[in-house]
Amino acid sequence: MDDVAAWFKWLHQVSGIKLTIFYDNYDRSRFLEGLGMTLKLSAYCLVLSVALGALTAWACGSRRRLLRSAANGFVQFFRNTPPLVQLYFCYFALGPLLPKVGGEPLLGSLGWAIVSLTLLEAAFTAEIFRAGIEAVPKAMVEAAQSLGYSRTQIFRVIVFPLALRVTMPAMTNNLVNLVKTTTLAYAIAVPELLYMSAQIWSEQVNVPEMMVVVLITYVCIVGAINQFMQWLEGRLRVPGFGQ
Amino acid sequence: MARTGVFLLMALVTSVAWTQVQAKVDNASVLELLIKWTPLLLQGFYFNLIISLLAMLLGTGAGLLLGFARISLLAPVRAGSWIVVQFFRNAPWLVLLFFVMFLLPFEFRFAGLTIPFPDWIKATFGLALPIMANMAEIVRGAVQSIPTAQWEAARSLAFSRRQILWRVILPQCMKRMLPPWMNWYAILTMATTLASVVGVSEVMTITGRITAAEARTDLLVPIYSYVLLWFFIYCYPIAWWTRRLELRYAER
Repeated sequence: MDDVAAWFKWLHQVSGIKLTIFYDNYDRSRFLEGLGMTLKLSAYCLVLSVALGALTAWACGSRRRLLRSAANGFVQFFRNTPPLVQLYFCYFALGPLLPKVGGEPLLGSLGWAIVSLTLLEAAFTAEIFRAGIEAVPKAMVEAAQSLGYSRTQIFRVIVFPLALRVTMPAMTNNLVNLVKTTTLAYAIAVPELLYMSAQIWSEQVNVPEMMVVVLITYVCIVGAINQFMQWLEGRLRVPGFGQ
Repeated sequence: MARTGVFLLMALVTSVAWTQVQAKVDNASVLELLIKWTPLLLQGFYFNLIISLLAMLLGTGAGLLLGFARISLLAPVRAGSWIVVQFFRNAPWLVLLFFVMFLLPFEFRFAGLTIPFPDWIKATFGLALPIMANMAEIVRGAVQSIPTAQWEAARSLAFSRRQILWRVILPQCMKRMLPPWMNWYAILTMATTLASVVGVSEVMTITGRITAAEARTDLLVPIYSYVLLWFFIYCYPIAWWTRRLELRYAER
């Protein structure tokens, strides 16, 4: 570790390339904190949006018209308005309406970022789930019915496992988009990767270097997600279904 | 689902009506304020649309070239363009925007001429980059979706590679490329609001200034829903049309 730090210090002296995050403890801890926050934000939103998305997909297929159109409206609204405006709407317009608990707002910037991104991603996830469930051949469901499976059993044992595999590529895409969208939280001062890096580059005046670092970091995160999901897709593959 | 628009409109109307009821006598009502600021907001919104159209034009042009590089017969060109595409597809839009904003000069000197580079032009470049990468993928996907037999048939008629591409393959690709291309235009239009984060005076910046100038907490929900509604009215028809085209092309 010390060698690395020494090398980057040397690099700065020789070439002027100033990568403080490798030898300045304070900058490094800020950068890592930002990275952790980005991952945390993504993880929260992923879990919540999958749950909410599944619920919405179920509501979209409901027999009740009101529920169905409400779910559809939710999906179309979040898909067709700018994510940044949604975030601002949540944070600046809805934020002040919430009651305060002990002088502190009920939801801080991180809380609102999670809420807003979760709603956005849930709208996309719902569409993916719906398409996945539709992709399961009707004949399979009928075959299961003729074998005496109940409705919940059919969903749990037949439809869901197959739909999950169909939706994998789209979910990978969605997850990548989610990580990319967390950068919007910068706009409401959530201390995530971009925000922390912006602080570092404005203090150290090493804008080009930090920009490159940030870009490479995001590309690496996304690459890791892609690799992992590809591995998972391979592991979950069912012979004779899909390609 | 045109109902969403109606829901949104209803939300706006109720929030305006609610604040109307609560407004004190000496204050201008929220509705009056919205009407008063509409011309300025519209100016900002036009600006968003101009940025989106320019960025789309730029991104599509560059993306077509990059897409041809992706299907080049030369392996190094293919590999190089793959890296470019992956990079710009996987980088967050906002980070790319920052990159372009900070690293492009504010003016450009060329042969004694000074070409100014205002912020919004730089933002347009920044937004065109991810469009370029995604456009390249659309081109590649569409070309690969055309059966190999078409290539072989054209080759047997003594067409050159360029002729095959321009006169046989690409005309068939147009249909497949149009729906995703429209989809990306809608995404781009919504992304133009990101330019406010880097200081371009588009609709979100103006909204922020108005709320700061009026300093009215009851204005916040109506004005933000108002802007959301505009974007919805602009983007939803594009999404609807895209889906219709997709369905129509899928049937054949």
